[in-house]
Amino acid sequence: MLAARHCASHSHEVIMKELLFISGLSVLALLAEIFNFKRFLPFLIILGLSGLFGICILDWNQAPFSIFGTGMMVVDHFTLAFTLLFSFITLLWFLTAQDYFQEETSLTDHYALALFALVGGFILVSYTNLAMLFLGIEILSIPMYVLAGSRKDDLLSNEAAFKYFLMGAFASSFLLFGIALVYGATGTFDLKEIHDKITNSPFSQNLFFAGLVLIFVGMSFKASLAPFHFWAPDVYFGSPTLITIFMATVVKISAFAAFFRLLSLAFFPMESFYIDLLWGMIALTLLVGNLFAVAQTNVKRMLVFSSVSHAGFLAIPLLCQSESSGNALFYYSLVYSIASLLSFTVLYLVDKNTGLQNTDAFSGLAKRNPLLAFVMSVSLLSLAGIPPIGGFFAKYFMLSLALSKNYLGLTLLAILGSLIGVYYYFKVLIAMYTNTKPQALTPEQNVQPFTLSYLHSIVLFFSALFLILIGIFPETFMTIISE
Amino acid sequence: MIPIFLIFFPLICGLLFLFLSGEKVKHLALISSLISLILSAYTWIQFNNSPESVLLKADYAWIPSFGVHFSVAVDGISLLLVLLTNLLFPLILLSSFNKSYPQYFYTLTMLMQSALLGVFTATDGFLFYVFWESALIPIYFICLLWGGENRAKITFKFFAYTLFGSLLMLIAFIAVYLKTPGTHSFSINALYQAGSLLSVTEQSWIFLAIFVAFAIKMPIFPFHTWQPNTYTTAPTQGTMLLAGIMLKMGAYGLIRWLIPLVPLGFQKWGFTAIVLSVIGIIYASCLALVQKDFKRLIAYSSIAHVGLISAGILCFNLQGLQGGLFQMFSHGLIIVGLFFIGDILSSRTGTQTMTELGGIVNHAPEFSKWFLIILLGSIAFPLTNGFVGEFLLLNGLYQYKPLLCFFGGFTVILGAVYMLKSYQTLMLGESNIYKAAGAQNFKDLTRTETAVLLPIAILILILGVYPSPLLKMTEPSVQLLLQNLKMSIP
Repeated sequence: MLAARHCASHSHEVIMKELLFISGLSVLALLAEIFNFKRFLPFLIILGLSGLFGICILDWNQAPFSIFGTGMMVVDHFTLAFTLLFSFITLLWFLTAQDYFQEETSLTDHYALALFALVGGFILVSYTNLAMLFLGIEILSIPMYVLAGSRKDDLLSNEAAFKYFLMGAFASSFLLFGIALVYGATGTFDLKEIHDKITNSPFSQNLFFAGLVLIFVGMSFKASLAPFHFWAPDVYFGSPTLITIFMATVVKISAFAAFFRLLSLAFFPMESFYIDLLWGMIALTLLVGNLFAVAQTNVKRMLVFSSVSHAGFLAIPLLCQSESSGNALFYYSLVYSIASLLSFTVLYLVDKNTGLQNTDAFSGLAKRNPLLAFVMSVSLLSLAGIPPIGGFFAKYFMLSLALSKNYLGLTLLAILGSLIGVYYYFKVLIAMYTNTKPQALTPEQNVQPFTLSYLHSIVLFFSALFLILIGIFPETFMTIISE
Repeated sequence: MIPIFLIFFPLICGLLFLFLSGEKVKHLALISSLISLILSAYTWIQFNNSPESVLLKADYAWIPSFGVHFSVAVDGISLLLVLLTNLLFPLILLSSFNKSYPQYFYTLTMLMQSALLGVFTATDGFLFYVFWESALIPIYFICLLWGGENRAKITFKFFAYTLFGSLLMLIAFIAVYLKTPGTHSFSINALYQAGSLLSVTEQSWIFLAIFVAFAIKMPIFPFHTWQPNTYTTAPTQGTMLLAGIMLKMGAYGLIRWLIPLVPLGFQKWGFTAIVLSVIGIIYASCLALVQKDFKRLIAYSSIAHVGLISAGILCFNLQGLQGGLFQMFSHGLIIVGLFFIGDILSSRTGTQTMTELGGIVNHAPEFSKWFLIILLGSIAFPLTNGFVGEFLLLNGLYQYKPLLCFFGGFTVILGAVYMLKSYQTLMLGESNIYKAAGAQNFKDLTRTETAVLLPIAILILILGVYPSPLLKMTEPSVQLLLQNLKMSIP
C-alpha cells in the first residue's frame, strides 16, 4: 500500500522544509551559548516546535512528495503523521522537563542534542533508501548516548551511557553489515527497487537472507524487541528520568516507524521468510516485559519493563501488514507516548518530592496531590488498556489486527500480558489511593507540601484529558494515515 | 433519544459533583437520581404507548472505520433493567449519607449508573463491551477507597477476575465481528447473523469464552470465588451496587449477547451451563447454612439465587426467561434491602457475627417488621415477589428437565432454613444477651433508614400480589427471542 504511493511520488520535487527546519532549530540552540540568548531559548524552541507542527499540517494535502535528490526520502502521510506526533511529544516533553534543563550547566548542548535526535527521528519516518536508514539511526542514537550520560557525577548514568554506546554501536554495525549484504544481493539501496527485485527478478537468495537477518537484529535492538532488549532496562533506568522519557517515547517510536517502513516498503514480499522469526520475538517480548515488570519494586524499573512489553504490541503491525496497520502503529504510538510521558513525569515529580522511587513513594498521593494522582491513574489505566481511555482502543486495534490475520495464539498471549500488566500497574494505583503517607518519610519531610508549578499542573492535566478524549473519539487518529 | 438522556444525565451530573464539596453533594446526587427515576418512568409510559417508538432508539456513527456505532435502544427486557437500576440508585444513595470525601463517592456512583444504563441499552457489541468495562472502574474505586479490612488485595482479585472474563468476551466478539460481511459491523443484528452462520465448533468456543465472562460477573459456580470476600469487604453501597445491579449485567448478557449470538454453541453447551448453575445453588446454600457472619450469609445466598436465575434463563423457554427477568428485578430489591439491614446491624452493634446478637425485636420493633418482610421475599414466601419469580423459574426448569427442577428447588428450601435461622438468632430470643460492646441500646430505625426500607418492603408485597405489569412488559421481547432462536436451531 505504501509502496504504491511511493511510485507516484517522484513526480514533483520540493525543498526539504521539515528537515531544514528542525536542523535549523538545533543549530540555533547551539548558537545560543555563543551569542548569549540562552534565556530566550526555551521560548524559541517551543515556538519552533509549534512551527514544525504547522508546517506538517500545511504540507498534508501535498503529500506524498520526494525530498533530498532522487528519492532518498519521501514525505507521505505516514511521515507527516509521525512528525506531528514527534513534535507534539517533544513539545510536551520540553514543557514538562524544564527542571532537567534548568539544573544542567551546559544547557544549550542538551537542547541541541535533543533536537538533533529529532532530526534523526524525522529521517527515520521518511527514508526510502537504506543509506538514509543508517544515517537516521545514527543521528538519532548518538545524541542519546550523550544525553544518557549527561549526569556526570552519577555512576548509574555513566553506566547507562557506556552500555548504550557499546551495545548501540554493536547493533549499528550489524545493521550496516546487513545493509551491505542486501546491497550485494540486490545491487541497490533503494527500498522500492529492492521490493521489485525480490518480487520479480532473480537475485542471490542466501546473501539476501543473511543480510535480512542482520538487519532484523539491528532494528530489533533499536526497537528493544526481545531477545535484543537486554540493554533497555539498564539504560532507561540509569539515565536521568527526564531523558528516559524522551528515549521511551520519541526514540522508541522512531525505531518502530523505521522498522515498519522497512518491511512495508521493501521486504514485505519475503514475509514467509521472516514471519515466524518476528512472531517469536513479539511473543517473547510480551512475556519478558510483563514478567520482569511484575518482579520490580522500583517503579521506574517497572515502567521501563512495561515499556519493553509495549514494544511487543507496537511490533504487531510489523507482523500483520494490511491496509490499517500503519494506522494501528500510529494510534498505538500516540497513546503509548502520552501515557509514558505522563507516568514517567509523575514518577520524576514524586521522586523529587520524596527522594524515593519505590511503590511506597506513591502512598497517599491521592491525598497529598489529587491532580498528580489523577494524572497517574489515567496514564496507568491507559497503559493497562482499560476502556474508555485511549490505551484500550490502541490495544483493541492491535488485537483485531492480529486476529484478522488469524494469530489467535499471539492474541491470547497479548491478553495474558495485559492481565499481568494490570497487576503491576495497579500496585501503584492502590498505593496512591489507600495508604496515607510513605512510610519511609521522616515527619519533617512529610509536612513539606507537595505543590506543583502552574506549568506542570496545566500541561499534565490537559495531556491526561487528551488521553481520555482520544479514547472517546478515536476515529480521527485511527484513520489519519490512510483515509 | 430517551436512552441518550438516560445514559448521559447521570454522567454529566457526576462530573459536575467533582467541583462541588461538602454536604450539598449528597442532596444533589439524590435529586439527580430521582430525576433519572422519573425519566425511566416516562420511558415506561412511552413504551406502553408504542413499543416501537423512535424515541426509544438512538444511533450515531462513533468509529465508522471499525463499523462501531453509538446505538442504544430500549425494549421490554432493557426497560426492566433500566427501571431496576434507576429505582435502586435513589435507595442506595439515601443509605449512604455519611461517607468521607462525598464528592468523589457520588461522582463514582453516578459514573457507575451511567455505565450500567449503557450496558442495559447498548445494541452495538463494541459499545456494550466499553460500557461493561467502564462500569468496573468506578466500582473498583468505590470498593478500594471506602472498603473494609484487607480491601486492596480482595478488590484487586475481583478486578483481575472480571477483567480476565471480559477480555475473553472481547476476543469472542472480535472473532464474530471479523465474520460479518462487507466492511464489518458491530451492530447486534449483524453479529447475530454472522454468529449463527459459524460452524458448531466455532460457536462452541465463542459460547464458552463469553459464558465465562458472564459467569464470573454473576457469579456462577465455579467462578464465584471472588464474590463472598468482595461482598464482605466492600462498603455497603458497593455491595448493593454489585449484588443489586451489577450481577444482572451477567444475566442480561446471557439473554441478549450470548444465546442468540451463537445458538448452536448454546445448544451444545447449554446443558453443562445449567448443571453448573444448579450445582452452584446447592453448594452456596449449604455454605450459607454454616455462616456465622450475616453479610457473608447474604453473599452466599445471593450465589444460590443467581444460580437459579441463570439456570432458568439457560432453559430458554417462556417461563424460564420470564421468571429469570422477574426474579432479576425482585432479587435486586431484596438483596439491597438485606445488605442495608446488615449495615444497620453492624453499624449499631459493631459486629456482624450473628451469635453475638439476639433479641433485637424487643428494642426495635419497626426494624424487625421490615426485616421480616424482606426476608420473606428472599425465601420466596407466597404473596411476595420472590415467590412469583422462583415459581416461574422452577416451572421453566421443570419443563426442561424435572430432575434439575428437583435440585433447583433446594434454593427455596435451604433458603428458608438459613434465613429463618438467622432471623431467629438475630432478632428473637432473650434480649440483653448482647456480647458485642455498644449493643446495649439498639435504636430503632431513623427516618432516612425507614425511607430506604419502606419502598423496598412495599414493592416486595405489591409485586408479589400483582406481578403482571412487569411480566407483560417483558413478554413480547421474550417471545421474539424465542421465535428467532427456534428458527436458527434446526
